[in-house]
Amino acid sequence: MLTQILFVIFAIIAIVCALMVITRKNPVASAMWLVGSFFSLAAIYTLLGAFFIGIVQILVYAGAIMVLFLFVIMLLNLGNDFEPDLRGAVWKVVAAGSALVMLALLARTLSSGATPAGSAGGPGGLARLTAEHGAVGVVGIPMFLHFGLPLQITGIFLLVAVVGAVVLAKRQV
Amino acid sequence: MPSLSLSLGLSAILFVIGVAGVIVRRNAIVLFMCVELMLNAVNLAFVALSPYAGVQGQVFVFFVIAVAAGEAAIGLAIIISIFRHRESVDVKNFSLLRW
Repeated sequence: MLTQILFVIFAIIAIVCALMVITRKNPVASAMWLVGSFFSLAAIYTLLGAFFIGIVQILVYAGAIMVLFLFVIMLLNLGNDFEPDLRGAVWKVVAAGSALVMLALLARTLSSGATPAGSAGGPGGLARLTAEHGAVGVVGIPMFLHFGLPLQITGIFLLVAVVGAVVLAKRQV
Repeated sequence: MPSLSLSLGLSAILFVIGVAGVIVRRNAIVLFMCVELMLNAVNLAFVALSPYAGVQGQVFVFFVIAVAAGEAAIGLAIIISIFRHRESVDVKNFSLLRW
């Protein structure tokens, strides 16, 4: 019951912060609201039993990625020109229409009452796995046993991203 | 443990907010923030389904976070190099490849 209440509180915080992100004119304000959204999502991951993902969310998203965003905003000196960048009314109607279509699809899926297929055994199974292998082992053991190739590809991808970012942002290559 | 439909509903609402932001805003950096919001919404769906469909969902979330980090680095580097030429991050000024 307590987790349910906490979930609803953090869900409301996440939604309000996300709405603030897309309505603030100042990009620095948008970035700060996005940090709030990331933190409440990290709390929700923890409530859902994914402890390691919650910590990684705080470290990578709220830490590294948001620092990168703020660094670029302040490097380009965008924090003090508040020219409105919202599109016109037609685009707002398009945005609202696509939002309504996606929410209608969600409502249709949820009301059909489909239960997720799978053999993992629900929340109790995940809690048992966490107690058996630890919060890191739950993610790490399948990652290194069954996802070895994607893991190595991710490593090469990150190397390429670092080199590419340096090449793109340099004045003279 | 919160119920599955609540989690999936929150995930869909966050994704829809991200989509609306990408459609409505013109600031390239805010567009990137909205993309990150959408990636987070999908991560939430993965995590919410992982007790039922297996912990592979959490492994996927880990990969998605790695890809998001790389995408943010590359995208912001592109924004910096465009800003040098155009002195702006408003996407209405980047219409060279549009009609």
